[in-house]
Amino acid sequence: MSKRVYITGIGIICSIGNDVHETLQSLIASRSGIGEITLFPTIHRGVIPMAEVKLTTSLLLKKTGNIGRKDLTRTSLLGIIAAREAILSAGIGDVTKYKTGLISATTVGGMDRSEDFYASFLTDPGKGRLIDVVNHDCGDSTERIAADLGIRDLVTTVSTACSSSVNALMLGSNLIKSGHLDRVIVGGNDSVTRFTLNGFNTLMILDKTGCHPFDDNRAGLTLGEGAAFLVLESEDVVSRDRKTILAEVSGYGNANDAYHQTASSPDGTGAYLAMTKALTMSGLNPEDIDYINVHGTGTENNDLSEGVAMERIFGAQMPPFSSTKGYTGHTLGAAGAVEAVISILAMQHGMIFPNLNFKTPMKELHIEPVRELIMDRKIQHVLSNSFGFGGNNSAVVLSRDQ
Amino acid sequence: MAFINGIGLISPQNTIGSREFLSEVVEYTADYLKCIEPVYRTYIDPIQSRRMSRLIKMGISAAKISMAEAGLTMPDAIITGTGLGSVEDTEKILGEITKEERFLNPTPFIQSTYNTISSQVAIQLKCHNYNSTYVHRTFSFESGLIDGLMQIEEQTASHVLIGAIDEMTMNHLQITRRIGQWKMHPVSNMTLLENKTPGALAGEGAAFFVLGVEKTGTTYADLKDVKTCINFNGSFKPEMVLPSFLGNHGITMHDIDLVLLGTNGDHDFDPVYDDFARQFFPGKALGWYKHLCGEYHTATGFGLYIAAGVLKNQTYPGILHLNHVTPPRLKNILIYNHFRNVNHAFMLVQGV
Repeated sequence: MSKRVYITGIGIICSIGNDVHETLQSLIASRSGIGEITLFPTIHRGVIPMAEVKLTTSLLLKKTGNIGRKDLTRTSLLGIIAAREAILSAGIGDVTKYKTGLISATTVGGMDRSEDFYASFLTDPGKGRLIDVVNHDCGDSTERIAADLGIRDLVTTVSTACSSSVNALMLGSNLIKSGHLDRVIVGGNDSVTRFTLNGFNTLMILDKTGCHPFDDNRAGLTLGEGAAFLVLESEDVVSRDRKTILAEVSGYGNANDAYHQTASSPDGTGAYLAMTKALTMSGLNPEDIDYINVHGTGTENNDLSEGVAMERIFGAQMPPFSSTKGYTGHTLGAAGAVEAVISILAMQHGMIFPNLNFKTPMKELHIEPVRELIMDRKIQHVLSNSFGFGGNNSAVVLSRDQ
Repeated sequence: MAFINGIGLISPQNTIGSREFLSEVVEYTADYLKCIEPVYRTYIDPIQSRRMSRLIKMGISAAKISMAEAGLTMPDAIITGTGLGSVEDTEKILGEITKEERFLNPTPFIQSTYNTISSQVAIQLKCHNYNSTYVHRTFSFESGLIDGLMQIEEQTASHVLIGAIDEMTMNHLQITRRIGQWKMHPVSNMTLLENKTPGALAGEGAAFFVLGVEKTGTTYADLKDVKTCINFNGSFKPEMVLPSFLGNHGITMHDIDLVLLGTNGDHDFDPVYDDFARQFFPGKALGWYKHLCGEYHTATGFGLYIAAGVLKNQTYPGILHLNHVTPPRLKNILIYNHFRNVNHAFMLVQGV
């Protein structure tokens, strides 16, 4: 049994970098990954921006060395790249040395290929290349990553919309604490698709100028893509293998807003409860939190609801906070893991990355996000929020090893 | 471990209402086994259900049936497992964006999100507690059970509501038939094993279970444990996990009274079950259930209902028999399932 859960490795690929180092450089340089849609034909190109990973699917395939594997989806490729980096960063040679699991998260799975299949299939049920549809389901990319890394002890996938990968992190932490597993790779992967783009567009929550979270004039979110994974290990594994600790998972909470399928409650009940649960588990007080990486999608509804909940918890002592979705876009199922990696980078380097594109404070709130890069700041505890459709609200507290 | 204190099941069989366990088995000769749907207004306000797609209504209804049976009003956790979520909604969007990326209806997109049912149940109950959804092929429901059992064992929850939900559509049947998962022509579910051809008979279902820390007047059985095992290129061998899986609960293979197999009529993959039974449970009673519900990602939800029903009623109806062995008692049931020899899973269910 392990009372504590440590993060010993991280990996990421997103619109601002193909690995942790590149991502950090972009974060420091305030370089956003948001730009014009290039990956697929759509009438929204040139109208709605997106935060694409800056490699085509064939270049991703090349990067993994799986050139012959024409069945791999973009989602799987992103996942494999980030998960490999996480394993490498944790210094894991033999993955089977300990009971190891993989818990990934995704909202669209292999939709990037199945939407192509459907276009042909709908003209004639005998048409469409089956190779484009066999990997449609959410479990596919997780199994591809598990096979690539040789993980066998527990493999599963969470899909709770935009909070998915924080819930994966929670399950992984619980499995270590309860003694089911010694080590779990947790995270998420999602690629941009016409399905998601058009789906979110029906809700009229895509900002045509790129998202500007927590701004009074915010006009919606910007879709992104990517993958991020974290290696969680038990106290025992960490001490036996003398692992370098990047951070501790000190608290987490999941609560349901139970208000509406897509809208958040005006008083931010779910967000409030998730943050409170995470703080309670960590044994910390609100004033111990040095930075909040907010969910901050840039939609009118989310930012207000999240802001109200934060004011309820932190009152006048609001810690510095920022949404990093102005950099990465909203990576949906990967967002929680992407932002956990960014939070760890903030602690490691003593930096708070700014909330890009922020100009005007919100009328309803008394708080405003960090506008410029803050350096040389000791950051001991970070709170990271991820909220999804269906009022699925999750929060995690990560702490620097003392 | 946790007690199964309530079950709600919408399936191709008559599983709603207080009928005698498996008393009226429905025979089909069909492309797939379709659920017998209830009158939804019994469970959902018609104004709310008007825009809900079929799977959402099935899921919410099954959840409410299970909670009513268990007398539970507020679960400490709501967890669902689904292999594909609402296929109907997903197909609607795919159809629309193929034609034109304009004037789309937002409802199918919202409902295609995999956690819609766990969220809808939470919204209807005003339940702010833990809520999650697993979407991983035939591990979807099992992953939910692993999460829920852990919360009960770690005492972070006393009552957990867990669902297993999947639907079939004609389009999806056509696609997965081309992939080779199903029989090419309609078959009778009652003579499924005589067919001896590749492909299973497809099905669907919505099953919800209330798991509780305490035994109550409505308890069916004790769900001792659940385990999932992935098989990459023959990496999985049952002997590597089975002894400890059972041993953790103080029993051996000898103590298993009935093995409930996921046999589904697929001549290519059923031998995996036959070999398993022959190697580990020779002479034991072997049962099956997928001729009653069809094959789908969360079909083990139906399997768990069968195991719980057998134990509660202390009866082992002939329709479930796969061999001629009569179990000496009905105490320990092992449910074994696999999906195309990749995703293997076990559940241990014990009578109370």
